[in-house]
Amino acid sequence: MAGTVIPERRGAEAAVGATLDELWEEEPGLLGFLTTVNHKRIGRRYLVTAALFFLFAGVSALVMRTQLAVPDNHLVSPEEYDQLFTLHGTAMIFFFATPMNSGFGNYVLPLMIGTRDMAFPRVNALSYWIFLFSGLFMFSSLPLGMAPDGGWFAYVPLTREYLPGLNLDFYTLGLLMLAVSTTIGSINFIVTALKMRAPGMSLNRVPLFVWAIVTQSFMLVFALPPLDAANLMLFMDRRFGTHFFDTSHGGDAVLWQHLFWLFGHPDVYIIVLPAMGIISSVIPVFSRRPIVAYPLVVLATVATGIISFGVWVHHMFAVGLSTVSLAFFSAATLTISLPAGIQMFAWLGTMWFGRIRITTAMLYAVSFIVAFVLGGVTGVMFAVVPFDQQVTDSYFVVAHFHYVLFGGAVLPLLAGLFYWWPKMTGRMTSPRGGLISFILVFGGFNLTFFPMHISGLLGMPRRIYSYDGDLGWNIWNLLSTIGAFVLALGFLLTLFVFVQSLLHGPRSPDNPWGSNTLEWATGSPPKEYNFPVLPTVHSLNPLWDGKSLASMEEHDEDDLRVLTDEHQTLRTSEFDARIERVMTMPEEIIQPILVALSLLITVVFLLLKIYVGAYVGAGLLALVVLWWTWNRPEVES
Amino acid sequence: MCAGRTQYVVTAGALLLSASVLTACAGHPPSTLEPDGPKASEVATSWWLLFAVAAAVCVIVIALAIIPLVIRRRARADPDNQGLRFVGIFGVAIPAVILGGVFALGLRDLSNASSPPSPTQVTIDVVAHQWWWEFRYSGPGTGTGSEVVTANEVHVPVGVPVELRLSTADVIHSFWLPQLTPKTDLIPKKVNTTWLTVSKPGVYRGECAEYCGVEHAYMDFELVAQSTTDFRAWVAKQGQPAAQPTSALARQGMSLVTTTTCASCHTVRGTAADGTVGPDLTHVGSRPRIGGQIISNTPDHLASWIDNPQNIKPGVKMPPQPLSQSETQAVVAYLEGLK
Repeated sequence: MAGTVIPERRGAEAAVGATLDELWEEEPGLLGFLTTVNHKRIGRRYLVTAALFFLFAGVSALVMRTQLAVPDNHLVSPEEYDQLFTLHGTAMIFFFATPMNSGFGNYVLPLMIGTRDMAFPRVNALSYWIFLFSGLFMFSSLPLGMAPDGGWFAYVPLTREYLPGLNLDFYTLGLLMLAVSTTIGSINFIVTALKMRAPGMSLNRVPLFVWAIVTQSFMLVFALPPLDAANLMLFMDRRFGTHFFDTSHGGDAVLWQHLFWLFGHPDVYIIVLPAMGIISSVIPVFSRRPIVAYPLVVLATVATGIISFGVWVHHMFAVGLSTVSLAFFSAATLTISLPAGIQMFAWLGTMWFGRIRITTAMLYAVSFIVAFVLGGVTGVMFAVVPFDQQVTDSYFVVAHFHYVLFGGAVLPLLAGLFYWWPKMTGRMTSPRGGLISFILVFGGFNLTFFPMHISGLLGMPRRIYSYDGDLGWNIWNLLSTIGAFVLALGFLLTLFVFVQSLLHGPRSPDNPWGSNTLEWATGSPPKEYNFPVLPTVHSLNPLWDGKSLASMEEHDEDDLRVLTDEHQTLRTSEFDARIERVMTMPEEIIQPILVALSLLITVVFLLLKIYVGAYVGAGLLALVVLWWTWNRPEVES
Repeated sequence: MCAGRTQYVVTAGALLLSASVLTACAGHPPSTLEPDGPKASEVATSWWLLFAVAAAVCVIVIALAIIPLVIRRRARADPDNQGLRFVGIFGVAIPAVILGGVFALGLRDLSNASSPPSPTQVTIDVVAHQWWWEFRYSGPGTGTGSEVVTANEVHVPVGVPVELRLSTADVIHSFWLPQLTPKTDLIPKKVNTTWLTVSKPGVYRGECAEYCGVEHAYMDFELVAQSTTDFRAWVAKQGQPAAQPTSALARQGMSLVTTTTCASCHTVRGTAADGTVGPDLTHVGSRPRIGGQIISNTPDHLASWIDNPQNIKPGVKMPPQPLSQSETQAVVAYLEGLK
């Protein structure tokens, strides 16, 4: 581990830093806030916004757990309870887990591949603003008492004609709006990772986190259309009397389930894969050795992405489908556990053959392995069709998917937060605070969700707002509720640790953990332009190979990687990352937030059934897009 | 000394007793792990097998994760194929064998669960409604020619495979008897069939397992398994038209039920009340619980239910009834007489 500042960076910065500062500086103040296109600012915003939505959705869960602490409780009404569990699921899946991954992707991915921004910085700003507005739109339904109340998978016909009111319109419109953000964000990640890697970073030198984000982005591009189609059809059925899901006019109620889960199962991996990418970043660093079986892990990541599109029917084993399709999807469900096993043992092998250094990030990474194997083994059980039919829609499945999603996503996200925090803020966190908060979070998590396996096996169905006291479920529910409060305390303490670090934490060196990837070759926090000289990558672990860092000192002779003439970065080839040409990057503009605002206006008027207003909003949107494209930056030919 | 010791023993015994009473008060769960029929038994057996394998996998993985944290050693500059071999054996080969075994187990269970070992002798039509269950008996095996319709209460003969034809009057529900049979959904415009055999007499809790709206939590029913003789006797009794009221109060109740809004939703066979929206009330007096099992069937409960069901089960489809207190008493007297 080097001293405070990596000497190669100091040399390069002394030579060209001042020029680059000027070129990459953004407008200060409020205008800068609204117009920024810097990937690090946008990444931070994604993280903060998603964390805020996590807080809202988490508090919903606390209210539910309080309601279920004892039998026959009347803290909330049945309607309120239905809104709480629907919003909790919808928000955690759509407005927390995926955007949180986008936040890390936005912040870390360009740094990790050695470039200066995302491929489409303005589109990046657009995808953030749409995410923010769609989230605010969705959450505004709760104080209005009109939160979605059909469950997060919103089965028809319940959601079609049996739940009038605006609740489900908030759901369909909010998710459609968010899908715009997610889709363009995914395309941005794909193009960035394929076209903007530092010279020399051929595909066999791409960090696993980047592989994970790219796989996830491809999955999103293919998984969102069925969901969008389903939501559009549901909105039209509810509003304009179409019959897509209307069984009395030849529509099909099971069609919704197919479309929803065709998105919904890949979505599990959409959430978990980037989280696994974080784990693949953290574990080698704190095992002080490169990851074991890198090619297998890459294959496993991509294979997971592909196979995940063939398992959706295991969410529908009780629907009454043919035995042949049940057997097929049972086999597919088992197959997808193989790549998960490969990743799992690659991490275990890395730790086994390495020398461990225990940090808060590493604790969370190891706790992820523990939680994910528990969620994984129950997942395998669901491939046994009659067992699935016995415990699906009971608390057993609630336990299972919280082990997968909390264990498989929230714990890795916390690992990532503690790992990259010094890079993002320039401050270290307190190890002791990290340890105590970890114990509370991990303990609370297990105390909340483990007893749910038992209440499920004891016959407790999910989504019930109350239960009788003579069914033998009381103690398990009480334990879950106590666990939920311990967990909440753990999160409060975690928040305190981060705030304390911001205010009083010791300054972080460039590479506090002795990491292997390029983001640690920049300042903590990085300069606006990331790298004074774009490095040349010589291996999978550039900071450990002794050569890649040295390439940053070649700022005199190799002007193509310095780029001090304009606001520029490099475009490289997809496979071998050979330099193709210099790209001038767009600067900050106001149009992205205006596009997002006009989209919000359109959606709000659609919600309120004021269709004239919706037309005006859409017209406004078209005009702003026109204005945006009018002012295209000069493109070098 | 001796007396003192006895006292201790008695106290300890009392403590134990009260503990067991407390446990009894904690109730008896409709546990999937205490099955009383071949379908649920097979699932429970598979569960214990899966659980054992899962526990072994978890112990090994967790040990592999924790040991390197505890035992510090020098990082080995090993050639990477050592790691590849590690992943190949533990991450691919061993899991593939386990998963193959799980698949075989699943196929066996699936094939055993898909049809009963011998032909079914009784067929019951199950119609789910927001938030109650309708059971209709017809055909041979029931020993009756007339139609029998009940709500939230289903009787079956012990030891005989029973066929259930599942459909829904509104949204998607899911039929679940944790101790007897795994779930089957009830889908609009579709009839799913399932079957069950109960191995011993008893009363079993059934539930709706698919979220179906605001009162999903209280959409329960009970299954009563009894000897074939008792079952036939029960069916024969349920096949009878409604009992005639015996008191003046009950007669007043009958005229209220058959002439006011009650009749537009409920059927009392043998009278003018022939509505089909709500539960059939022909033998409502014989049912132990009402309102989708939410309250026990006592005259007081029934009166407060009729007065305003929304207080008991908010969101239920039945509106408050604009009856005077004495009229409500009359209706209750009539309905409780419908044994």
